[in-house]
Amino acid sequence: MVRLFIDNKEIEAEAGTPLLQVCLSNDIYVPNLCYLEGTKPQASCRLCFVEIEGEDRPVTSCTVEVRDNMVVKTDTEAVRRLQRTALRFLLSTHHVKCKECPANKKCELQRLAKFLKVGLRPKNLDRHLKETETDKSHPVFNYYPNRCILCGRCIHACKREHGKALLTFAKRGIDTVISFYGEEDMSRLPGEKCIACVEVCPVKAITLK
Amino acid sequence: MTEEIHQLFNAIREEAEKRRNAFREAPVPKIHIGMATCGIASGAIETKKAFEEALAEQNIEAQIHTVGCVGHCYAEPIVIIDHPASGFPPVFYHEVTAGKAKMLTKLFLAEGDPRFEHVYGATEENELIPSVMEFPRFNQEKRVVMEKCGRIDPEDIYDYIAESGYSSLVKALQLKPEEIIREVQESGLRGRGGAGFPTGRKWELARQARGENKIIICNADEGDPGAYMDRTILESNPHQVLEGMILCAYAVGAGNATVYVRAEYPLAVKTVTRAIQQAKELRLLGKGILGTDFDLEINVFRGSGAFVCGEETALIQSIEGHRGTPQHRPPYPVERGLRGQPTVINNVKTLASVPQILNHGAAWYRSIGTESSPGTAIFSVVGSVVHPGLVEIPMGVTLRTLIFDICGGIPNKKKFKAVQIGGPSGGCLPADFLDTPIDFDSLTEAGAMMGSGGMVVMDEDSCVVDVSRYFLDFTQKESCGKCTFCRVGTYHLLSILERLTKGEGKEGDLEQLENLSLDIKNGSLCGLGKTAPNPVLTSLRYFRDEYEAHVSEKRCPGKICRALTAFYIDLDKCARGCDICGGCCPVDAVFSTKNRKKAIDQTRCVKCGECKVACPPDYQAVKKVSPPSLAPFIERPPKI
Repeated sequence: MVRLFIDNKEIEAEAGTPLLQVCLSNDIYVPNLCYLEGTKPQASCRLCFVEIEGEDRPVTSCTVEVRDNMVVKTDTEAVRRLQRTALRFLLSTHHVKCKECPANKKCELQRLAKFLKVGLRPKNLDRHLKETETDKSHPVFNYYPNRCILCGRCIHACKREHGKALLTFAKRGIDTVISFYGEEDMSRLPGEKCIACVEVCPVKAITLK
Repeated sequence: MTEEIHQLFNAIREEAEKRRNAFREAPVPKIHIGMATCGIASGAIETKKAFEEALAEQNIEAQIHTVGCVGHCYAEPIVIIDHPASGFPPVFYHEVTAGKAKMLTKLFLAEGDPRFEHVYGATEENELIPSVMEFPRFNQEKRVVMEKCGRIDPEDIYDYIAESGYSSLVKALQLKPEEIIREVQESGLRGRGGAGFPTGRKWELARQARGENKIIICNADEGDPGAYMDRTILESNPHQVLEGMILCAYAVGAGNATVYVRAEYPLAVKTVTRAIQQAKELRLLGKGILGTDFDLEINVFRGSGAFVCGEETALIQSIEGHRGTPQHRPPYPVERGLRGQPTVINNVKTLASVPQILNHGAAWYRSIGTESSPGTAIFSVVGSVVHPGLVEIPMGVTLRTLIFDICGGIPNKKKFKAVQIGGPSGGCLPADFLDTPIDFDSLTEAGAMMGSGGMVVMDEDSCVVDVSRYFLDFTQKESCGKCTFCRVGTYHLLSILERLTKGEGKEGDLEQLENLSLDIKNGSLCGLGKTAPNPVLTSLRYFRDEYEAHVSEKRCPGKICRALTAFYIDLDKCARGCDICGGCCPVDAVFSTKNRKKAIDQTRCVKCGECKVACPPDYQAVKKVSPPSLAPFIERPPKI
């Protein structure tokens, strides 16, 4: 066990646990999207920044393991600035039609926007939406590229369940999407028996047909 | 053991010297042709064929020796003819086309006339022809990594051995690995991939790291626009890189190594693959190197052309068969890299420096360059310079010396405007920084970075906003899409820059650019994202007035951004009856005025600039202006 200080609160935790996990287990909310307990941290959503004494700039808390006497601050100006920009970036590529969205009121983006006091339609940023509104290529699931925030939780949950992921990131840059491999033999897909990807999606970008 | 190493190697060296002497002493002329990608692109294959045909036709005996690249791109295809019987020293010819090759075969090889009007210089001191060593492009360079490039046949291992190749391996095998690491540390060698991490330190960490199957990777995934140093070295002297890899593997205790080279470099792939094969045949590689119990296998991995795979963690992912996306560091590859094993990833130039360091000693290496950045830097200098190409200079030389003395300055009497160093990750420096010495720390301090060695020189006819837009377009397309800041952030930077170049900039855009850039720099996961805003940040810092002109005056000072420029014809200069501009206009925008002069219909003009090129130098009547409102309005006369 190690002892550390998060926002002036003394906390005991198992050595080696990701700092983000320790924060969340102790009711200290740190914004996060791509973190999935039990899988290797991806550090891709760039939201879970915190400041650690001794480091010259904010670091992602999912990639840091707790150490003895660590002094952590989760609510500094630099941290919030990065989190707000990251969220504004995500929202600028998100189709904000909350009333029609099944994730409404259970949506992580809404929660983050409220927590970070960021408007759902960020000003000064152009909106970029992908051409395909719904990708229906999978026999069991539908995928909504303009809801998806590309956290990759579906991929890692799938990998956790099946040993290898049945979906993947595809394309590059602003065009990046989640894609199915297009398995020819449908019987090899678990089908409706496994909906791990649907369950972990924070914005309901993957749904059962 | 020592004796066996010497015995085996001496036999190889004797063979190499025998071959070299046979070549040198053969009483026939020798024709050295540069056949790296750059030479081939300029027509070296046709040149070689022309020589072969002409020699056969005229029944002349000569030896053709294909070599790599000497780095003088402006002069390709390059041929050096050594014809002792003519009484002339070896002569350096530039831009040798097939026709020139035939002519030289007849007049120089057969008749002994070197044709002075085509001679660039002699390659050694003599009394007949000025030596190329008198030119700054030659004598101000310091060749350590590229010493043998363009002199040896990259496809012949004996050529390399005859030039004391693999002798540092012989030396190293008699040393303890720790001694090699100490030598590299003492030399002060810093990684040439861009970041400048001390190489000896990296090797030491890898040596200390725990792992049964340590791995060496040579990073030849060169992707910066306008940079081609690594390709040229692999194509011109692959064995020096391999030797560096073997030394590295011996020092850190690795048994496997990989050359990660782009599939878009087919010649480099072929050359290095053949070099590995040849080294294996001579037991310089493979099982029991030179009779010792040190084994090393080197294989070639062809990258599929993603820029981000030059980032070491993405490179590892790519070799493992995953999507090439960077991973969070730590753990660093030296602790846990490819397949979880400690992995040393070094750039081509770094590895190619090592044999020289071991051969000549750390003190010798330290005597070149500066205190904090010893050794040489290789730049591919492109853009608006008279003599573009690869230049190897000691660290500490100023940008001014490199651009104006060595590369001949800016052509066409244009003024220097800026230099972009370090490609899409680097910065754009103005004339005030021309006296900055080139070394890792000075360039970083100025806001640019060493990068892997791309250098683009820009003259007054270029627009920094447009250049930033170009680089952001590149990074956005090459972003792997994994992390939010790089994937979405670079998109927004690009879209603002696109707006500016179209004259749609608005107040607050520059502040927005600056703020987003800083956040992307601080928030991104990997080096690609962290450095992507650098072109914007530096050009905003040094050329803010140009950005402001785009926003508030809708004016492009470099007159590059199409939406912000216009062409018009100065009626005082236009010649009555001349129709050259009208003839070349692709959209019929040029019309005749009442007094038979020409004018441009702005609503039709697509601003291709053909008319300006075509207008005879005596008139120079076509003018380009920015903003477009400066072009006088001339009404099209009604059709008769």
